[in-house]
Amino acid sequence: MPDRPAIWNFLLGRLSLSSLPLDNMIVVWTFVAVALGGGAVLAAITYHRKWGYLWNEWFTSVDHKRLGVMYMVLGTVMLLRGFADALMMRSQQAMAFGSNMGYLPPHHYDQIFTAHGAIMIFFVAMPYIAGFMNFVMPLQIGARDVAFPFLNNFSFWLTVSGVVLFMTSLFIGDFSHAGWLGMPPVSELRQSPGPGVDYYIWGLQLSGLGTLLTGINFVVTVIKMRAPGMTLMKMPMFSWTTLCTSGLIVVTFPILTATLFLLSLDRYIGTHFFTIGAGGNVMMYVNLIWVWGHPEVYILILPMFGLYSEIVPTFSGKRLFGYSSMVYATASIMLLSYLVWLHHFFTMGSGADVNSFFALTTMMISIPTGVKIFNWLFTMYRGRVRFTVPMLWTMGFLFTFTIGGMTGVMLAVAPADFLLHNSLFLVAHFHNVIIGGVVFGVFAGINYWFPKAFGFRLDEFWGKLSFWFWQVGFWVAFGPLYVLGLMGVTRRLSHFTDTSLQIWFIIAACGGLLILLGILAFVMQIYVSIRRRDELAVGNDPWGGRSLEWSTSSPPPPYNFAFIPLVHERDAWTDMKKHGYQRPLEGFNAIHMPKNTGAGVVLAGLGTVFGFAMVWYIWWLAALSFVALIAVAIVHTFDYDRDTHLSAQQVGEFEHTGNWEPKAQGATA
Amino acid sequence: MSAKRLRGLLLFPPALMLGGCNLVLLHPAGDVARQQSDLMIASVILMSLIIVPVLIATGVIAWRYRATNKDAEYDPEWDHSTQFELVVWAAPLLIIVVLGAMTWIGTHQLDPYRSLTRIAAGRPVAADIRPLEVEVVSLDWKWLFFYPQYGIATVNELAAPVDVPIHFKLTSTETMNAFFVPSLAGMIYTMPGMQTVLNAVINKPGDFDGFSSNYSGHGFTDMRFRFHGMSRQDFDRWVAGVRANGGDLDTRAFDRLNRPSRAEPVRHYAHFEADLYHRILDQCVDPGQVCMDQTMAIDANPGHAAHRHSTGDAMPGAPSTTSPAHDAATR
Repeated sequence: MPDRPAIWNFLLGRLSLSSLPLDNMIVVWTFVAVALGGGAVLAAITYHRKWGYLWNEWFTSVDHKRLGVMYMVLGTVMLLRGFADALMMRSQQAMAFGSNMGYLPPHHYDQIFTAHGAIMIFFVAMPYIAGFMNFVMPLQIGARDVAFPFLNNFSFWLTVSGVVLFMTSLFIGDFSHAGWLGMPPVSELRQSPGPGVDYYIWGLQLSGLGTLLTGINFVVTVIKMRAPGMTLMKMPMFSWTTLCTSGLIVVTFPILTATLFLLSLDRYIGTHFFTIGAGGNVMMYVNLIWVWGHPEVYILILPMFGLYSEIVPTFSGKRLFGYSSMVYATASIMLLSYLVWLHHFFTMGSGADVNSFFALTTMMISIPTGVKIFNWLFTMYRGRVRFTVPMLWTMGFLFTFTIGGMTGVMLAVAPADFLLHNSLFLVAHFHNVIIGGVVFGVFAGINYWFPKAFGFRLDEFWGKLSFWFWQVGFWVAFGPLYVLGLMGVTRRLSHFTDTSLQIWFIIAACGGLLILLGILAFVMQIYVSIRRRDELAVGNDPWGGRSLEWSTSSPPPPYNFAFIPLVHERDAWTDMKKHGYQRPLEGFNAIHMPKNTGAGVVLAGLGTVFGFAMVWYIWWLAALSFVALIAVAIVHTFDYDRDTHLSAQQVGEFEHTGNWEPKAQGATA
Repeated sequence: MSAKRLRGLLLFPPALMLGGCNLVLLHPAGDVARQQSDLMIASVILMSLIIVPVLIATGVIAWRYRATNKDAEYDPEWDHSTQFELVVWAAPLLIIVVLGAMTWIGTHQLDPYRSLTRIAAGRPVAADIRPLEVEVVSLDWKWLFFYPQYGIATVNELAAPVDVPIHFKLTSTETMNAFFVPSLAGMIYTMPGMQTVLNAVINKPGDFDGFSSNYSGHGFTDMRFRFHGMSRQDFDRWVAGVRANGGDLDTRAFDRLNRPSRAEPVRHYAHFEADLYHRILDQCVDPGQVCMDQTMAIDANPGHAAHRHSTGDAMPGAPSTTSPAHDAATR
């Protein structure tokens, strides 16, 4: 506690003026930039009087489509933050050779790689997949919303709470330096007495709770709310992968919550779960965190597999090859992903039998994954492949991910892993699958479903430019890391003595700059497309889609479907088109809808205050906000005014004014 | 085809690009790392059997069935073929069966806990040879090496005679690290209160990089040491040098050493307090601490075992650390 009158310690905990990192000019300038940029945005919203609109139409919305879009915006904003960290690491490693110590001392560098990893996984990849699942899945299964619309809004705001705590750590106090998984003993109180690890813990506890609730919500939605006739084996692949990913979330996120809870007990009340004294053991944390952590990477990649399984058939003008194989492959990946966690620490010395078991289960995952790759190839086979931007990203994925998969199996060969573990080869591998699989998928998906969300396509030129910068940039950035890994260079080093390595780090930094251009081209693509939105306007089905989301207008009305479709076949929309489906233009009924509510924002806001108070040991505020959180939650359960009806006439208006074919036939590429 | 020629074949295109840079993992100087590296290369070759055709097919199929090519067959309803599906499940399965068998065998043969049976291909370990014993401790942020057979200890410098099996026992004071000499053998974690084991051998004299390959905090970057492979005579001379010029590593000297520090210079100790390694392992270096093995013995057998308090003195006949409780391995 700071040295000052006790009353201040009571009021502010360990927070004081010296908690502000005023001595670190990088952080100060970042703060200035964020304050100016953020201030400008807030001022613009105020000037244009958009606060009411944002609050009523977006923040309090329980509409899965709006929440999906907000998740995507959140993911993109955090991508910029996480990528800024990446560029700082690349530039530090490119310059810190010999007598040059670079511009980041270890204390700062260690926080940056921790923040980069944690942000990219929890606040970029997770919001993106949550965004896709939110936006697409209910439309695909012919539902009007998710099973628990309010819970969905609450989940989103909990994710934002985590983001707020992470971003606060940049300017008040510091961030964890214990790596993205917060490994003890570095994350224990003795080595991390500051607030950094506590920011990490509470940020993840809040957002992790949100993710868990999302998982429960989507499992129930898929199981209970499919349109009549849509049996599980007629469900589009993306919805299948949403189901499997949500299942993984429901089973594994409680492990993360429990593990971080044990770590916080160690830090707050002096237990010894993971310290060596009094019977604690670091190995337990490593095991627990990876029991969650490995399924987590499949939580990220499965929805992307689903997304590619939508894009390839659409742009091949052909049914998905081997649908049942795809379903079984997805399900077996889901199950196997629980059985491989130990491959993250073969080098702990667990003995040959244990290591062999986990090596073999890991390799087994490559079988269903290989099946998927083959099935996408055979979907293109005898097709008519259109190389639109989403399809380009998918092709980039096929090439990149296959190679990433191969280096992954190399790492699964336990004896080889003893050489490659924790090396830059490993870093190159997981970026190869996460960028090649998840990030490419995100851009494929954004380009694919953007017209559905907003009624106009994204600009092709900037889209292709972004694709090529990313594609080339990826290999320039991570190819050298593979090489360095084979040279025995380990990860997370902030300085090097062997100057012969420098050239590879410089090449990698150039790759980072190419990726930067890719990201800028993407931002430009959004901007240009908004400017040209009238030219790029589309109807309900710009790509010749196959699943139900393409049967409703773009953007879809709040209720999605005026009449719940009746499903007879896989590729339900293709089937409807084939049978000459005529959209009804009259005879609408009133539709029962959930009402917007601010309860999610309030609850998550209180959660953020609670987290902040816990980080800074402001016990009175923590207690107060926690009690308030519970009280608001209870009061909200007594709010019976939660639903409303859209009248038949309102539905009719939506149905007559929406964007429909054939108005935009010409827009089909 | 010999492994060497396969290696050459595989590396041909990258080799042109990488001329001059030292891909130590592909040609290490120690037999264990060498076998691990061979397995890594074999796995790449095996997987290439399927990966290369898939990559080529991806390009060929996408190009052949491009929308503008109206000559290509178009069959929008074709979505199932039992033969094709059999192949797509069977082909990766076969590769994985072979690779899995190789991995199973390799994992057992190259288990770091397993005593070496050979010092190089075709050169079994001689029956009369005594392995070099080294006890390794990772501290914040430097490496301490005990040579119990020679009664010496060093900081951030490790040496071993070539072609003699080395038996490492490893632990850590507080943080978790990984002991890694890429030229010698794969890494192994060092963890507080636990002991891991590594068996290895160096086949060429030389001066090699060693470091921690598991992030352990601010001083991690500089947690490096030199590993010298030496001829028998050079090694004996090196030991004599350490004995002649080294200091004394007692409890107080160790406590000083144990304070967190970065980029520690090489240090030599001509003597160390007997039992020091075991007291580090059992977390009872300082007088008054109860050793973990004693605590566990008491827990296992309440009422019978007496407390052993660390006195800081050498304890003749103190129980050697054979307690399975230390083994990180669940073996």
